[in-house]
Amino acid sequence: MNLESTYLGLRLKNPLVPSASPLSTDIDRVKQLEDAGAAGIVMYSLFEEQIKKENQALDHFLNTTGESYSEALSYFPQPQEYHNLHAEDYLDQIHKIKKTVDIPVIASLNGISKGGWMSFASQMEEAGADALELNIYYIAADPSLTSDRVEQMYLDDIRSVKEAVNIPVSVKLSPYFSAFANMATRIEGAGADGLVLFNRFYQPDINLDEMDVEPSLQLSSSFEKRLPLRWIGLLRPHLKGSLAATTGIHDAKDAIKMILAGADAVMMASVLLFKGPDALSQMLSEMTEWMEEKGYESVEEMKGAMSSASVADPGSFERANYIRVLQSFDPKNIPS
Amino acid sequence: MQEKQITLDANEATAHVAHKLSEVIAIYPITPSSGMGEWSDEWSMAGRKNIWGTVPEVIELQSEGGAAGTLHGALQTGALGTTFTASQGLLLKMPNLFKIAGELTPAVVHVAARTVASHALSIFGDHSDVMAMRMTGVGMLSSNSVQEAMDLAAITHAASLESRIPFIHFFDGFRTSHEVQKITPVPDDVLKKMMNDDKIIEHRKRALSPDNPVIRGTAQNPDVFFQARESSNKYYDACPGIVKQKMREFEELTGRAYQLFEYHGPEDADRIIILMGSGAETVHETVDQLNKKGEKTGVLKVRLYRPFSMQDLIEAIPASVKAVAVLDRTKEPGSTGDPLYLDVVTAFMENETEEGKPFGKIPRIIAGRYGLSSKEFTPVMVKRVFDELNEVKPKNHFTIGINDDVTGRSLEFNTNGWEADPETFEGLFFGLGADGTVSANKNSIKIIGDNTENYAQGYFVYDSKKSGATTVSHLRFGPKPIRSAYLIDKAKFIACHQFQFLRQLNILRHARKGATFLINAPFAPEEIWKNLPNEVQQQIIEKELKVYGIDAYKVAKDNGMGNRINTVMQTCFFAISEILPKERAVELIKEAIYKAYGNKGEDILQSNYKAVDNTIENLYQIDVPAMAESEIHMRRPVSEKAPDFVQDVIAEIIAGNGDNLPVSAFSEDGTFPTGTTCWEKRNITQEIPVLEPDICIQCGKCMMVCPHAVIRMKAFDGDLLADAPETFKYMDAKGREWPDNTKISIQVSPEDCTGCDLCVEVCPAKDRKEVGRKALNMAAVEPIKEQEIENWDFFLNIPEYDRSLLKTETVKGSQFLQPLFEFSGACTGCGETPYIKVVTQLFGDRMVIANATGCSSIYGGNLPTTPYTKNAQGLGPAWSNSLFEDNAEFGLGYRVTIDKIRDYALEMLKGMRDTLNGDLVDQILNADQSDEPGIFEQRERVAVLKKELETSGHPKAKTLLSVADYLVVKSVWMFGGDGWAYDIGYGGLDHVLASGRNVNILVMDTEVYSNTGGQCSKATPLGAIAKFAAAGKRTGKKDLGMIAVAGGHAYVARIAMGANDAQSLRAIIEAERYPGPSIIIAYSHCIAHGYDMKYGLNQQKLAVESGYWPLFRFDPSKRSEGKNPFKLDSKPPKVDFKDYAYNEMRYLLLAKTQPKIARELMAQAKEEIQNQWKVYEQTEKLYEPDASSDTDS
Repeated sequence: MNLESTYLGLRLKNPLVPSASPLSTDIDRVKQLEDAGAAGIVMYSLFEEQIKKENQALDHFLNTTGESYSEALSYFPQPQEYHNLHAEDYLDQIHKIKKTVDIPVIASLNGISKGGWMSFASQMEEAGADALELNIYYIAADPSLTSDRVEQMYLDDIRSVKEAVNIPVSVKLSPYFSAFANMATRIEGAGADGLVLFNRFYQPDINLDEMDVEPSLQLSSSFEKRLPLRWIGLLRPHLKGSLAATTGIHDAKDAIKMILAGADAVMMASVLLFKGPDALSQMLSEMTEWMEEKGYESVEEMKGAMSSASVADPGSFERANYIRVLQSFDPKNIPS
Repeated sequence: MQEKQITLDANEATAHVAHKLSEVIAIYPITPSSGMGEWSDEWSMAGRKNIWGTVPEVIELQSEGGAAGTLHGALQTGALGTTFTASQGLLLKMPNLFKIAGELTPAVVHVAARTVASHALSIFGDHSDVMAMRMTGVGMLSSNSVQEAMDLAAITHAASLESRIPFIHFFDGFRTSHEVQKITPVPDDVLKKMMNDDKIIEHRKRALSPDNPVIRGTAQNPDVFFQARESSNKYYDACPGIVKQKMREFEELTGRAYQLFEYHGPEDADRIIILMGSGAETVHETVDQLNKKGEKTGVLKVRLYRPFSMQDLIEAIPASVKAVAVLDRTKEPGSTGDPLYLDVVTAFMENETEEGKPFGKIPRIIAGRYGLSSKEFTPVMVKRVFDELNEVKPKNHFTIGINDDVTGRSLEFNTNGWEADPETFEGLFFGLGADGTVSANKNSIKIIGDNTENYAQGYFVYDSKKSGATTVSHLRFGPKPIRSAYLIDKAKFIACHQFQFLRQLNILRHARKGATFLINAPFAPEEIWKNLPNEVQQQIIEKELKVYGIDAYKVAKDNGMGNRINTVMQTCFFAISEILPKERAVELIKEAIYKAYGNKGEDILQSNYKAVDNTIENLYQIDVPAMAESEIHMRRPVSEKAPDFVQDVIAEIIAGNGDNLPVSAFSEDGTFPTGTTCWEKRNITQEIPVLEPDICIQCGKCMMVCPHAVIRMKAFDGDLLADAPETFKYMDAKGREWPDNTKISIQVSPEDCTGCDLCVEVCPAKDRKEVGRKALNMAAVEPIKEQEIENWDFFLNIPEYDRSLLKTETVKGSQFLQPLFEFSGACTGCGETPYIKVVTQLFGDRMVIANATGCSSIYGGNLPTTPYTKNAQGLGPAWSNSLFEDNAEFGLGYRVTIDKIRDYALEMLKGMRDTLNGDLVDQILNADQSDEPGIFEQRERVAVLKKELETSGHPKAKTLLSVADYLVVKSVWMFGGDGWAYDIGYGGLDHVLASGRNVNILVMDTEVYSNTGGQCSKATPLGAIAKFAAAGKRTGKKDLGMIAVAGGHAYVARIAMGANDAQSLRAIIEAERYPGPSIIIAYSHCIAHGYDMKYGLNQQKLAVESGYWPLFRFDPSKRSEGKNPFKLDSKPPKVDFKDYAYNEMRYLLLAKTQPKIARELMAQAKEEIQNQWKVYEQTEKLYEPDASSDTDS
């Protein structure tokens, strides 16, 4: 059985890749994932904004309380050197992971400004990353900001990163574009080597005891795979680059569906956080079993077999859910 | 080769040499010497080596006494050692100095000479500390300037090693220790050549070692002690020669010449002044000016003060001298003269009797005292002394620099009779502590010092408030060495970095004619002039000032620099002062920015660069009209309603005129009236909390946490509202406990609020329809200030609610009590003061406070105004500070006395029963004073008794009358921080806890020495960075609470107001009620933790929820009730310690500098928290009364 797949031009021994999550902060865990069959690894995200904020806070609290009272001209020893002011930790982690495993390592960068993207991106390349995943996270809350402007920001960011590096670059997106298919092709046009569908991020919640708004991150459930499944199926025929599915992939069946819809790589985090690296080897063996059962000889053969271009009724990916639900309705099934 | 010159202060210069020439450095923080220990610690942590290629071991002790003991031990076992200290710290080292000297052990104690506390504490400089050491047998060398501090530090170490005499090397605290000067450093190879290797080997050979055992420190008897004591004489005899020799060697190596007694002046001088310390430089400067005008004056600078070489002194003085003034910077009350004077007189007498150097006639020698506690000592004063020496009968034992209108000792002088050197640039910069003015100026000095031929000097004056503090920077630059060891009086350049100062301080009285005046003003260019106070406009016109303006806050904000206007104002200074060409200055500022911020990230760097460029674009000159027409006027320092003493004395100090107050303005014994902060309206915040009465639930939490007692709550009858101002806010009282028509008002004092936000953060009441709106919200103060001042005045005039009717055991009930601690100078958002305030609310009318030196003694007792106050009946806390180390013992003394005198009063009362109203006497004798009504009734009874005693003919009536107030209970409190309770005062604290006496100890635990700048104490937690623990604290926090519990006799509580205010309150009440010793350890957030203090209460909560700070109460009296005395008041750890710790810079900094160690320590900290929790749980179980034994009995 040939499980190999090509993603962003990288040869993967199978399509299963742990996505950006705290799993990659621990070298031992990364090694365990490789041993369990991971075909590559996307590292945890480096948050450009966070680095800047930390540096500013450091400067502020080290300096603003001093020089105002004669007995205490400062309140902290003044260190000569700071660690990780320029994300050295992250770059070091890339280096360490590369030394520990043989599978491709994809660095993940989460940022907002042009300058920041470029300098961090090229440093990641220098540190040995095989590819780069840009996680563009932007809530367009400003009512005066038009969709054109927002889309242009994405494209500018992608272009500037592509100019800065020679390794492949994928873009991890949210689905909230009014014309997503069009946007996807423009992103590819801007130089992206692949799309990762879709990102998850902190969403606000309300604490009813404290009456406060709190951010929280819920791990995904299998049901949530439907959204990427649809869009991978829809986009596959229109894009030349790679597609990766992420969000809601919890077992072999989920992974198979994604590949059938057209994914080159299937990414997961929640299930690995829950069940540990063994979940991955289990998925691989179940996937192989299913392929044998259905007579597939390779993953390449499976890829896109059920994309919108390949299914009998391409409209099925486009139709809103309720039609199916209504059509499946049968009065006989109502319990008396 | 000439060394590259550097700019630094004397603490750094001295520490550099001391660190290079030591193997063991024992340290303990004390102002103004702390910097030397901090530098040493940082350098050793960074791996900097001494001249022998090894990193000195720096160790912090629990007190200066401890540091001296460790140093003594290190020396005895063969180390080359040093220590740094000042004032009280030096006094604590004194016993060891006797020993170290008696054992002829080379060592150097570097001292930033500081006033020893007498009628008051002072952190500033004079020689009272070093002079107190004369008996010990240590040598003493005095440095007069920053350059000398470095040079003489080297000479002292070398001379001590060579002579075997231990030395104190000293320089003036603040004036020299903190003055930044451009100097030539002493390179390592010079230091190496100065230190005699053979002598080091000899020193090692004398070390205690089992390989070559000897015994030292024996006890000796009358038969031999005396002779043995005299056996060291020859070393003292040889010492001056050795110092001279080392000075010569130093001169050969560096070209800088020093003498034991250094004369400067003409060979035929007729009058000279003899003195030591920074004042000698001022005399040097003045002598040069006077002699240019034809006078013949000289100065003799004393460098080697001990061993005092009379011969060298006499040799140094020209035979032509007719009159000598010896100036001492210390006071020895009751002596025949201050110390240096006596030495000089003795030298002349002995020279005469021994027929030494011939003087035509022994010069007339007079004594003068100057400069106590850094009092200004200026050329006009020097000239005045020389003038006095011209008198036929000059005044002897005079003082100079003050107006002694009581005993008439002072010399009158004219402050205006002196022209500063025209070639020296003098600039004054007025800023706020928080705006970065001082750091900008320190930077400017470095730029000018490093990049021009100019000499440079900077000296910085800070006020004594910890929030909203003003800073004044005094900068001098010029082609000649700067010897002016005094403040700038008339400047060529004046910058006002805070517009509001113009209404508070008479800044322009310091402007010379034609000076340049730079203002940071929040206005458009054309708006500035009309917003200046009339008095300022007048001075600008009269003095023909060139005025420049900039909206620095806008430029800073636009460039992402928040409130830091340092870079902007610094650029302005260079742009208009013409010290450097503008372009070159901009280039150098950017270089300096790179040096300062290059290691802090690209963004910070870029925003500073941009700010520099934008500054030039936004700086403009202001056209000065011919007339001052402004209707805005400067504010009075205090209200017209203030009492006379406040008007006459306190207001003058506030206005910056304290130097002009005469001796008669002050009490002879250091006593001051309480309750003076209420007159000093500081107006330091831009925002204040505003109440929404419709949302407020009247919980009292905002009052409870307010660090400055500026938000208050009163309950009153609605009828009192008749005259209320229109905007006065009130609510119907919520709860059944109130009579009908009771109203409640919560009012803020807009002029006293510091804008910390704690009240808003703690407010639990939210608008149901708009949850972001709380019952308290911050709002701009300016639009509502006038109305709120009126409302506050109205509020203050509403009578206090009857204390005996309030449920003071609840948070809400307690907050109707009047705080008797208000408007202190504590930091904005201080975590200590809310505890103090609550204690004064509950017990202030009957409490005496012993306060350990530290933050709480500074915001509690530093002039000009003090926060402890009185209620309408004139009752309130009485407060005093003894020392840092003895506060528990000091407070115990209160208790013992109060009990003794009460007993004495009771005895007399019993004895006089038959001559007085017997029923009243019985009631007094049997009074129950355990609660508010009981105390109130006893007070009434004692008042009646006192009336009766006034007319009684009984022989003891007068005596009883004088002590009758002791018949009402008194509450004794000891306040202090962790430095006192965990470290320096622990021995005393332990003793007091075991004494069984009814005292209450409040430890405000900030986990560092906050007042001296955040040095590590035994309360510092594992994994946090602090000064003296620059690489993170490696051991856990000492559990003072459990140690006290183990003692078994004391009430013990660990509290954190932000986590559980009700438990805090309960603990405070129980502690006071407990009839024996009580100790409360209170979590106090602090700016030394490194985060925005408005989140202080949240951090307290996290500290408790993470299990780091378990809350508990231990009440031994519960045992007799068959109850468990140990009550754990918090729940098992549920928050990750990291989620608490990494909100604070003290922890984060370690992760940012040494991540691996930080990770290890964090893991260790977590484990210790888990273990600690188990111990606490077990302890609670352990104290559970044994059910079986109960039933058995």
